[in-house]
Amino acid sequence: MIPDISKIRKDFPILDQKVHGKPLIYFDNAATSQRPIQVIERMNEFSLHTNANIHRATHYLANKTTEAFEAGRETVRQYINAAEAAEVIFTHGTTESINLVAFSFGEAFIKVGDEVLITEMEHHANIVPWQMMCKRRGAILKVLPFRDNGELQIELLDSLITSKTKILAVAHVSNTLGTINPIREIILKAHLKNVPVLIDGAQSAPHIKIDVQELGCDFYAFSGHKIYGPTGIGALYGKRKWLDQMPPFMGGGEMIDRVTFAKTTYNQLPYKFEPGTPNYVGAIGFAAAIDYIQDNEHQPFSNYEHDLLTVATEKLKQIEGLKIYGEAPSKAAVICFNIEGVHPFDLGTLLDQLGIAVRTGRLCADPVMDHYEVENMVRASFAFYNTFDEINAFYKALIRLKAMF
Amino acid sequence: MTIDEIQQEIVEEFSGFEDWMDKYSYLIEIGNEMTPIDAKYKVENNLIRGCQSRVWLHQEFTEGKIKFEAESDALIVKGLVALLLRIYSDRTPKEILESEPRFIDEIGLRQHLSPTRSNGLLAMVKQMKLYALAYEKISAKK
Repeated sequence: MIPDISKIRKDFPILDQKVHGKPLIYFDNAATSQRPIQVIERMNEFSLHTNANIHRATHYLANKTTEAFEAGRETVRQYINAAEAAEVIFTHGTTESINLVAFSFGEAFIKVGDEVLITEMEHHANIVPWQMMCKRRGAILKVLPFRDNGELQIELLDSLITSKTKILAVAHVSNTLGTINPIREIILKAHLKNVPVLIDGAQSAPHIKIDVQELGCDFYAFSGHKIYGPTGIGALYGKRKWLDQMPPFMGGGEMIDRVTFAKTTYNQLPYKFEPGTPNYVGAIGFAAAIDYIQDNEHQPFSNYEHDLLTVATEKLKQIEGLKIYGEAPSKAAVICFNIEGVHPFDLGTLLDQLGIAVRTGRLCADPVMDHYEVENMVRASFAFYNTFDEINAFYKALIRLKAMF
Repeated sequence: MTIDEIQQEIVEEFSGFEDWMDKYSYLIEIGNEMTPIDAKYKVENNLIRGCQSRVWLHQEFTEGKIKFEAESDALIVKGLVALLLRIYSDRTPKEILESEPRFIDEIGLRQHLSPTRSNGLLAMVKQMKLYALAYEKISAKK
């Protein structure tokens, strides 16, 4: 089934605008996605009619809100096929999810001299929390490198996982290289040595159907705002066997069972990891976004995005002096590149004048910049509401702008 | 000429441009024509690191005036740097402290001075003012 993209675009009112007098071409989806009107309306309707704090009171509005919030949790559970809803923790996003695991898993399991393994292609959110934890616990951070074509050097994995390795954290999809990592294989290899695996799913969950039980991952983190939902909400999936043994990350209301000044005991999953009033409006929006994708059938979107990537890559390769970073055989719709003699900032600024929104800079991935010995890159990232016409316009714009330098 | 007179001159130069492409082409041209900063001044201490581009700023204080040399790795930023040097270099600390680079807004490029980490321009202007403040205090003590 080929999705009717022009019909889909009508669901995204923000796309129908002019920027500097030109139609907006939004190619910054890896930074954040746009929200369909259905998500916006659901959140507004909620705030207009149903708003109350959750899990706390017994009045009508509180009950309705709590129901909607927990139904949202069930929607997420079902989207990633977690075994139970209690294994789905609502957080404020991928970054907080990874910080939660790094901190709490660190407290429970990491001792001096232990090792944590990540990869060279990670976003800072999947590097810095581990660095902080290693410093705190006296552990060592090790890094699995990647090849220039954007593929991880999987052949080095067996030697990098030692008897001291306590956890492995890796991105499902790289936000710069677009590489879709062979996480099934990575998880199998890690599990053979009893090493749990955290998957950074920020770039994958919006575009690839996820089944955490089938993947076998121990933790999986992703964000609402990248999956056509609101900001300030995300999910952390964790196997109960780990989450039950991990101490809370942040303390406060809701995550407790009983508080005295002598001693406090904690609530059960998932609430142990959900202190304070959650972003329940966000959670409801998050669930509405997942419903939207599922109503529109996920797989055809995935195929279409892959076609966009193929066409865009073909066109960009025709431009002399343009270098693409990361051309793994298995790639998501993310293209990072540079044009020789043109600074990314200059290109991004001028593309903006033509209504084209791309990301430029270091993309929260300093090690990737260092790998290719560049200071910055340009990144175009697509979603199912982008079109082949937009890619054509992008190509023409690049040719025109390149001539200015 | 005073700083404000030069700013007016710049605004007039830019008012001739009909579209953004001409404006940016001109900036790129100015950037390209700038004398490169002496390599020995392109050091860590002089680097204003932005996420989007880097700016180097070197200064010397002689005979009551601050002379600035600067550069960026992005051409549009370099062009803006050239314009900023035109108004701020070879000036007394007092002159620098008493004026704002309002011309950038007037030529329609305000977004490039936005207070994000991005292109280092705002940080460079702040740094120039800090130097001016420091030299003013040093001069006052003498």
